[in-house]
Amino acid sequence: MEKLKSSFKNMLLSLALISIVVACLLAVVYKMTEEPIKQAEKQRKENAIKEVVPDFNNNPAEEKFEVEISDGSKLTVFPAKYDNKLVGIAVETNTLKGFSGEIRIMAGFDVDGTIKNYYVLKHAETPGLGAKMQKWFSDPSKPDQNVINRKWNNNINVKKDGGDIDAITAATITSRAFVDALNRAYEAYLKVIQNDSEKQESAK
Amino acid sequence: MSKNLNILTNGIIKENPVLVLLLGMCPTLGTTSSAINGFGMGIATTFVLICSNLVISLLKNFIPDKVRIPAFIIIIASFVTVVEMIMQAYMPPLYESLGLFIPLIVVNCIVLGRAEAFASKNTPLSSTLDGIGMGAGFTLALTVLGAIREFFGTGKIFDFTVYPEDYGLTTFVLAPGAFIVLGFLIVIVNKLKTTKN
Repeated sequence: MEKLKSSFKNMLLSLALISIVVACLLAVVYKMTEEPIKQAEKQRKENAIKEVVPDFNNNPAEEKFEVEISDGSKLTVFPAKYDNKLVGIAVETNTLKGFSGEIRIMAGFDVDGTIKNYYVLKHAETPGLGAKMQKWFSDPSKPDQNVINRKWNNNINVKKDGGDIDAITAATITSRAFVDALNRAYEAYLKVIQNDSEKQESAK
Repeated sequence: MSKNLNILTNGIIKENPVLVLLLGMCPTLGTTSSAINGFGMGIATTFVLICSNLVISLLKNFIPDKVRIPAFIIIIASFVTVVEMIMQAYMPPLYESLGLFIPLIVVNCIVLGRAEAFASKNTPLSSTLDGIGMGAGFTLALTVLGAIREFFGTGKIFDFTVYPEDYGLTTFVLAPGAFIVLGFLIVIVNKLKTTKN
Protein backbone atom coordinates (compact mmCIF):
# COMPACT_ATOMS: atom_id res chain seq x y z
CA MET A 1 0.00 0.00 0.00
CA GLU A 2 1.23 3.47 -0.89
CA LYS A 3 1.67 5.92 1.92
CA LEU A 4 -1.34 8.21 2.28
CA LYS A 5 -0.84 11.80 1.18
CA SER A 6 -1.23 14.48 3.85
CA SER A 7 -4.41 15.88 2.37
CA PHE A 8 -7.11 17.29 4.65
CA LYS A 9 -9.48 14.40 3.94
CA ASN A 10 -6.84 11.74 4.60
CA MET A 11 -5.66 13.30 7.85
CA LEU A 12 -9.20 13.63 9.14
CA LEU A 13 -10.12 10.08 8.19
CA SER A 14 -7.01 8.47 9.59
CA LEU A 15 -7.12 10.29 12.93
CA ALA A 16 -10.86 9.72 13.31
CA LEU A 17 -10.59 6.02 12.55
CA ILE A 18 -7.68 5.49 14.94
CA SER A 19 -9.54 7.36 17.68
CA ILE A 20 -12.71 5.30 17.22
CA VAL A 21 -10.90 1.97 17.29
CA VAL A 22 -8.88 2.99 20.34
CA ALA A 23 -11.99 4.22 22.15
CA CYS A 24 -13.70 0.86 21.61
CA LEU A 25 -10.65 -1.00 22.87
CA LEU A 26 -10.51 1.13 26.01
CA ALA A 27 -14.21 0.64 26.67
CA VAL A 28 -13.81 -3.13 26.47
CA VAL A 29 -10.81 -3.20 28.82
CA TYR A 30 -12.56 -0.85 31.24
CA LYS A 31 -15.59 -3.15 31.42
CA MET A 32 -13.32 -6.14 31.85
CA THR A 33 -11.32 -4.70 34.73
CA GLU A 34 -14.07 -2.76 36.50
CA GLU A 35 -15.13 -5.67 38.70
CA PRO A 36 -11.62 -6.96 39.60
CA ILE A 37 -10.52 -3.42 40.55
CA LYS A 38 -13.47 -3.07 42.92
CA GLN A 39 -12.79 -6.53 44.34
CA ALA A 40 -9.11 -5.76 44.88
CA GLU A 41 -9.93 -2.58 46.79
CA LYS A 42 -12.55 -4.31 48.92
CA GLN A 43 -10.16 -7.18 49.63
CA ARG A 44 -7.48 -4.75 50.74
CA LYS A 45 -9.79 -3.05 53.16
CA GLU A 46 -11.03 -6.34 54.60
CA ASN A 47 -7.48 -7.57 55.06
CA ALA A 48 -6.61 -4.33 56.82
CA ILE A 49 -9.55 -4.76 59.21
CA LYS A 50 -8.49 -8.33 59.96
CA GLU A 51 -5.00 -7.08 60.77
CA VAL A 52 -6.02 -4.45 63.27
CA VAL A 53 -8.79 -5.85 65.48
CA PRO A 54 -9.11 -8.93 67.73
CA ASP A 55 -10.72 -12.11 66.34
CA PHE A 56 -14.25 -11.61 65.14
CA ASN A 57 -16.92 -13.68 63.41
CA ASN A 58 -19.19 -11.06 61.92
CA ASN A 59 -18.65 -9.10 58.73
CA PRO A 60 -17.40 -5.63 59.75
CA ALA A 61 -17.36 -4.37 56.18
CA GLU A 62 -21.12 -4.93 56.00
CA GLU A 63 -21.88 -3.35 59.35
CA LYS A 64 -19.84 -0.23 58.74
CA PHE A 65 -21.23 3.17 59.62
CA GLU A 66 -20.02 6.76 59.73
CA VAL A 67 -19.20 8.83 62.79
CA GLU A 68 -18.87 12.57 62.81
CA ILE A 69 -15.97 13.92 64.87
CA SER A 70 -15.45 17.38 66.34
CA ASP A 71 -13.93 19.01 63.25
CA GLY A 72 -16.99 18.07 61.22
CA SER A 73 -15.45 15.33 59.09
CA LYS A 74 -16.85 11.84 58.94
CA LEU A 75 -14.84 8.68 59.56
CA THR A 76 -15.95 5.19 58.61
CA VAL A 77 -16.13 2.74 61.48
CA PHE A 78 -16.05 -1.05 61.16
CA PRO A 79 -17.32 -2.81 64.31
CA ALA A 80 -15.79 -6.24 64.95
CA LYS A 81 -18.08 -8.57 66.90
CA TYR A 82 -17.64 -12.04 68.27
CA ASP A 83 -20.99 -13.82 68.79
CA ASN A 84 -22.70 -10.42 68.62
CA LYS A 85 -20.56 -8.95 71.35
CA LEU A 86 -18.40 -5.97 70.42
CA VAL A 87 -14.72 -7.00 70.70
CA GLY A 88 -12.99 -4.27 68.75
CA ILE A 89 -13.42 -1.35 66.41
CA ALA A 90 -11.54 -0.53 63.23
CA VAL A 91 -11.63 3.10 62.18
CA GLU A 92 -10.63 4.22 58.72
CA THR A 93 -9.02 7.51 59.55
CA ASN A 94 -7.19 10.09 57.52
CA THR A 95 -5.17 13.26 57.91
CA LEU A 96 -4.13 16.07 55.62
CA LYS A 97 -1.15 17.06 57.74
CA GLY A 98 1.27 14.71 55.99
CA PHE A 99 4.38 15.80 54.14
CA SER A 100 2.80 15.17 50.74
CA GLY A 101 -0.88 14.55 50.37
CA GLU A 102 -3.41 12.60 52.33
CA ILE A 103 -2.52 9.72 54.63
CA ARG A 104 -5.19 7.05 55.21
CA ILE A 105 -4.82 4.62 58.06
CA MET A 106 -6.94 1.76 59.34
CA ALA A 107 -6.63 1.94 63.11
CA GLY A 108 -7.89 -0.82 65.37
CA PHE A 109 -8.90 -0.60 69.06
CA ASP A 110 -10.20 -3.18 71.45
CA VAL A 111 -13.09 -2.33 73.77
CA ASP A 112 -11.03 -0.98 76.67
CA GLY A 113 -9.23 1.59 74.54
CA THR A 114 -5.99 -0.18 73.67
CA ILE A 115 -4.53 0.35 70.22
CA LYS A 116 -4.44 -3.15 68.80
CA ASN A 117 -2.77 -2.43 65.47
CA TYR A 118 -2.84 -0.11 62.49
CA TYR A 119 -2.39 -0.43 58.77
CA VAL A 120 -1.39 2.35 56.40
CA LEU A 121 -3.82 2.22 53.49
CA LYS A 122 -2.54 5.11 51.46
CA HIS A 123 0.25 7.65 51.66
CA ALA A 124 2.69 9.55 49.46
CA GLU A 125 5.40 10.28 52.02
CA THR A 126 9.10 10.34 51.15
CA PRO A 127 10.54 6.86 50.58
CA GLY A 128 13.14 6.02 53.20
CA LEU A 129 11.89 8.66 55.64
CA GLY A 130 8.17 9.18 56.22
CA ALA A 131 7.31 6.03 54.30
CA LYS A 132 8.73 4.02 57.21
CA MET A 133 5.66 4.70 59.35
CA GLN A 134 4.10 1.27 58.81
CA LYS A 135 7.07 -0.38 60.56
CA TRP A 136 8.32 2.42 62.78
CA PHE A 137 5.32 2.73 65.07
CA SER A 138 4.78 -1.02 65.39
CA ASP A 139 8.24 -2.21 66.43
CA PRO A 140 7.82 -4.14 69.71
CA SER A 141 11.57 -4.00 70.43
CA LYS A 142 11.47 -0.19 70.68
CA PRO A 143 8.84 0.74 73.28
CA ASP A 144 9.44 4.48 72.87
CA GLN A 145 8.17 4.51 69.33
CA ASN A 146 5.78 1.55 69.43
CA VAL A 147 2.07 2.34 69.65
CA ILE A 148 0.81 -1.24 69.47
CA ASN A 149 -0.84 -2.47 72.66
CA ARG A 150 -0.54 0.98 74.15
CA LYS A 151 -3.43 1.91 76.40
CA TRP A 152 -4.82 5.27 75.33
CA ASN A 153 -3.66 7.92 77.82
CA ASN A 154 -4.39 11.21 76.03
CA ASN A 155 -0.68 11.59 75.43
CA ILE A 156 -0.35 9.90 72.05
CA ASN A 157 1.76 12.63 70.56
CA VAL A 158 5.32 13.04 69.35
CA LYS A 159 7.88 13.95 72.02
CA LYS A 160 8.54 17.36 70.49
CA ASP A 161 4.92 18.27 71.15
CA GLY A 162 4.98 17.01 74.71
CA GLY A 163 3.77 13.51 73.98
CA ASP A 164 5.59 10.26 74.63
CA ILE A 165 6.19 8.77 71.19
CA ASP A 166 9.51 8.94 69.39
CA ALA A 167 9.05 10.55 65.98
CA ILE A 168 10.57 8.95 62.88
CA THR A 169 14.12 10.24 62.47
CA ALA A 170 14.11 13.17 60.03
CA ALA A 171 10.36 12.82 59.44
CA THR A 172 8.71 14.74 62.25
CA ILE A 173 6.00 16.07 59.95
CA THR A 174 4.95 12.57 58.93
CA SER A 175 5.05 11.45 62.57
CA ARG A 176 2.84 14.36 63.61
CA ALA A 177 0.42 13.51 60.82
CA PHE A 178 0.41 9.88 61.92
CA VAL A 179 -0.49 10.68 65.53
CA ASP A 180 -3.05 13.18 64.28
CA ALA A 181 -4.73 10.41 62.31
CA LEU A 182 -4.63 8.16 65.38
CA ASN A 183 -6.15 10.86 67.57
CA ARG A 184 -8.95 11.37 65.09
CA ALA A 185 -9.56 7.64 65.03
CA TYR A 186 -9.68 7.56 68.82
CA GLU A 187 -12.24 10.35 68.88
CA ALA A 188 -14.50 8.33 66.62
CA TYR A 189 -13.80 5.25 68.74
CA LEU A 190 -14.87 7.05 71.95
CA LYS A 191 -18.18 8.06 70.39
CA VAL A 192 -18.91 4.51 69.28
CA ILE A 193 -18.02 3.05 72.68
CA GLN A 194 -20.19 5.59 74.50
CA ASN A 195 -23.13 4.87 72.21
CA ASP A 196 -22.64 1.17 72.70
CA SER A 197 -22.57 1.32 76.51
CA GLU A 198 -25.65 3.57 76.49
CA LYS A 199 -27.41 1.00 74.36
CA GLN A 200 -26.48 -1.76 76.80
CA GLU A 201 -27.65 0.35 79.74
CA SER A 202 -31.07 0.91 78.19
CA ALA A 203 -31.32 -2.76 77.31
CA LYS A 204 -30.96 -3.75 80.95
CA MET B 1 18.71 -13.64 10.94
CA SER B 2 21.83 -11.91 12.22
CA LYS B 3 20.21 -8.61 11.29
CA ASN B 4 17.24 -9.39 13.54
CA LEU B 5 19.57 -10.44 16.32
CA ASN B 6 21.42 -7.15 15.91
CA ILE B 7 18.19 -5.20 16.29
CA LEU B 8 17.36 -7.18 19.40
CA THR B 9 20.70 -6.69 21.18
CA ASN B 10 21.13 -3.13 19.94
CA GLY B 11 18.82 -1.75 22.62
CA ILE B 12 20.28 -3.80 25.44
CA ILE B 13 23.92 -2.72 25.21
CA LYS B 14 25.05 -0.59 22.29
CA GLU B 15 22.12 1.80 22.32
CA ASN B 16 20.79 1.25 25.83
CA PRO B 17 18.01 3.84 26.10
CA VAL B 18 18.94 4.94 29.62
CA LEU B 19 22.70 4.58 29.82
CA VAL B 20 23.67 5.51 26.26
CA LEU B 21 20.80 7.42 24.64
CA LEU B 22 19.83 9.09 27.95
CA LEU B 23 16.13 8.94 27.11
CA GLY B 24 13.25 8.70 29.57
CA MET B 25 15.10 10.21 32.50
CA CYS B 26 11.95 11.12 34.43
CA PRO B 27 10.75 7.56 35.21
CA THR B 28 14.37 6.44 35.47
CA LEU B 29 15.13 8.80 38.32
CA GLY B 30 11.68 8.79 39.87
CA THR B 31 10.75 5.12 40.12
CA THR B 32 14.02 3.40 40.97
CA SER B 33 13.92 3.76 44.75
CA SER B 34 13.99 -0.05 44.94
CA ALA B 35 14.91 -2.87 42.59
CA ILE B 36 11.38 -4.21 42.35
CA ASN B 37 9.96 -0.77 41.51
CA GLY B 38 12.52 -0.28 38.75
CA PHE B 39 11.78 -3.73 37.40
CA GLY B 40 8.02 -3.14 37.44
CA MET B 41 8.36 0.17 35.64
CA GLY B 42 10.65 -1.46 33.09
CA ILE B 43 8.23 -4.29 32.38
CA ALA B 44 5.28 -1.91 32.03
CA THR B 45 7.22 0.31 29.63
CA THR B 46 8.42 -2.72 27.66
CA PHE B 47 4.86 -3.90 27.17
CA VAL B 48 3.78 -0.48 25.90
CA LEU B 49 6.86 -0.23 23.71
CA ILE B 50 6.32 -3.60 22.02
CA CYS B 51 2.60 -2.99 21.41
CA SER B 52 3.02 0.56 20.14
CA ASN B 53 5.96 -0.37 17.91
CA LEU B 54 4.02 -3.25 16.38
CA VAL B 55 0.82 -1.27 15.81
CA ILE B 56 2.59 1.79 14.47
CA SER B 57 4.66 -0.21 12.01
CA LEU B 58 1.47 -1.91 10.80
CA LEU B 59 -0.29 1.42 10.36
CA LYS B 60 2.66 3.39 9.04
CA ASN B 61 1.21 3.76 5.54
CA PHE B 62 -2.22 4.60 6.83
CA ILE B 63 -1.02 7.58 8.87
CA PRO B 64 -0.28 10.71 6.82
CA ASP B 65 3.02 12.36 7.72
CA LYS B 66 1.58 15.62 8.99
CA VAL B 67 -0.58 13.98 11.67
CA ARG B 68 1.83 11.20 12.66
CA ILE B 69 2.70 12.63 16.10
CA PRO B 70 -0.93 12.94 17.34
CA ALA B 71 -1.69 9.50 15.90
CA PHE B 72 1.32 7.99 17.71
CA ILE B 73 0.36 9.67 20.96
CA ILE B 74 -3.20 8.34 20.78
CA ILE B 75 -1.96 4.79 20.19
CA ILE B 76 0.65 4.98 22.95
CA ALA B 77 -1.73 6.61 25.44
CA SER B 78 -4.37 3.93 24.91
CA PHE B 79 -1.87 1.15 25.56
CA VAL B 80 -0.70 2.93 28.71
CA THR B 81 -4.28 3.21 29.93
CA VAL B 82 -4.80 -0.50 29.27
CA VAL B 83 -1.67 -1.33 31.28
CA GLU B 84 -2.81 0.92 34.10
CA MET B 85 -6.25 -0.66 34.36
CA ILE B 86 -4.92 -4.21 34.16
CA MET B 87 -2.28 -3.50 36.78
CA GLN B 88 -4.84 -1.91 39.09
CA ALA B 89 -7.10 -4.93 38.73
CA TYR B 90 -4.63 -7.80 38.97
CA MET B 91 -1.47 -6.40 40.60
CA PRO B 92 -2.66 -3.88 43.23
CA PRO B 93 0.59 -3.78 45.28
CA LEU B 94 2.68 -2.92 42.23
CA TYR B 95 0.08 -0.39 41.12
CA GLU B 96 0.33 1.33 44.47
CA SER B 97 4.05 1.94 44.23
CA LEU B 98 4.08 2.85 40.52
CA GLY B 99 0.64 4.40 40.19
CA LEU B 100 1.87 7.93 39.72
CA PHE B 101 4.39 7.03 37.05
CA ILE B 102 2.27 4.81 34.81
CA PRO B 103 0.50 7.72 33.06
CA LEU B 104 3.94 9.25 32.49
CA ILE B 105 4.87 6.39 30.14
CA VAL B 106 2.78 8.28 27.56
CA VAL B 107 5.32 11.07 27.37
CA ASN B 108 8.31 8.80 27.86
CA CYS B 109 10.74 9.80 25.10
CA ILE B 110 11.76 6.19 24.54
CA VAL B 111 8.31 5.10 23.40
CA LEU B 112 7.66 8.08 21.13
CA GLY B 113 11.30 8.11 20.02
CA ARG B 114 11.27 4.48 18.89
CA ALA B 115 7.90 5.00 17.18
CA GLU B 116 9.27 7.96 15.26
CA ALA B 117 12.80 6.73 14.59
CA PHE B 118 12.26 3.02 14.06
CA ALA B 119 8.71 1.69 13.85
CA SER B 120 7.47 4.22 11.30
CA LYS B 121 10.20 3.12 8.86
CA ASN B 122 10.57 -0.62 9.44
CA THR B 123 8.64 -3.88 9.12
CA PRO B 124 6.38 -5.12 11.93
CA LEU B 125 8.79 -7.95 12.79
CA SER B 126 11.88 -5.80 13.23
CA SER B 127 9.81 -3.15 15.03
CA THR B 128 8.61 -5.73 17.54
CA LEU B 129 12.18 -6.97 18.04
CA ASP B 130 13.32 -3.39 18.50
CA GLY B 131 10.59 -2.94 21.11
CA ILE B 132 11.70 -6.06 22.97
CA GLY B 133 15.36 -5.05 22.83
CA MET B 134 14.83 -1.46 23.90
CA GLY B 135 12.41 -2.56 26.61
CA ALA B 136 14.88 -5.12 27.91
CA GLY B 137 17.63 -2.51 27.98
CA PHE B 138 15.39 -0.08 29.82
CA THR B 139 14.29 -2.74 32.33
CA LEU B 140 17.87 -3.87 32.89
CA ALA B 141 19.13 -0.34 33.51
CA LEU B 142 16.25 0.49 35.86
CA THR B 143 16.59 -2.74 37.82
CA VAL B 144 20.35 -2.29 38.30
CA LEU B 145 19.86 1.34 39.28
CA GLY B 146 17.09 0.40 41.70
CA ALA B 147 19.08 -2.47 43.21
CA ILE B 148 22.12 -0.26 43.87
CA ARG B 149 20.02 2.48 45.45
CA GLU B 150 18.08 -0.01 47.54
CA PHE B 151 21.30 -1.69 48.68
CA PHE B 152 23.05 1.49 49.82
CA GLY B 153 19.89 3.17 51.08
CA THR B 154 18.14 0.45 53.03
CA GLY B 155 20.51 -2.52 53.09
CA LYS B 156 18.20 -4.71 51.03
CA ILE B 157 18.11 -6.11 47.54
CA PHE B 158 14.69 -7.14 46.21
CA ASP B 159 13.43 -6.77 49.80
CA PHE B 160 16.00 -9.31 50.99
CA THR B 161 17.94 -7.84 53.92
CA VAL B 162 21.73 -7.81 53.47
CA TYR B 163 22.64 -5.57 56.39
CA PRO B 164 20.55 -3.71 59.00
CA GLU B 165 18.56 -0.78 57.67
CA ASP B 166 19.92 1.58 60.33
CA TYR B 167 23.30 1.69 58.57
CA GLY B 168 21.79 2.70 55.23
CA LEU B 169 22.41 6.10 53.67
CA THR B 170 18.96 7.55 53.14
CA THR B 171 20.35 9.86 50.45
CA PHE B 172 20.47 6.96 48.03
CA VAL B 173 16.75 6.35 48.28
CA LEU B 174 15.99 10.04 47.70
CA ALA B 175 16.38 12.03 44.48
CA PRO B 176 20.09 12.94 44.84
CA GLY B 177 21.02 9.27 45.13
CA ALA B 178 19.33 8.61 41.79
CA PHE B 179 21.49 11.21 40.06
CA ILE B 180 24.68 10.01 41.73
CA VAL B 181 24.15 6.32 40.93
CA LEU B 182 23.02 7.07 37.38
CA GLY B 183 26.12 9.21 36.84
CA PHE B 184 28.43 6.43 37.98
CA LEU B 185 26.61 3.84 35.87
CA ILE B 186 27.05 6.03 32.77
CA VAL B 187 30.74 6.44 33.58
CA ILE B 188 31.17 2.66 33.81
CA VAL B 189 29.31 2.05 30.55
CA ASN B 190 31.36 4.72 28.75
CA LYS B 191 34.58 3.28 30.11
CA LEU B 192 33.64 -0.21 28.94
CA LYS B 193 32.77 1.12 25.50
CA THR B 194 36.01 3.02 25.02
CA THR B 195 38.23 0.16 26.16
CA LYS B 196 36.43 -2.13 23.72
CA ASN B 197 37.26 0.18 20.84
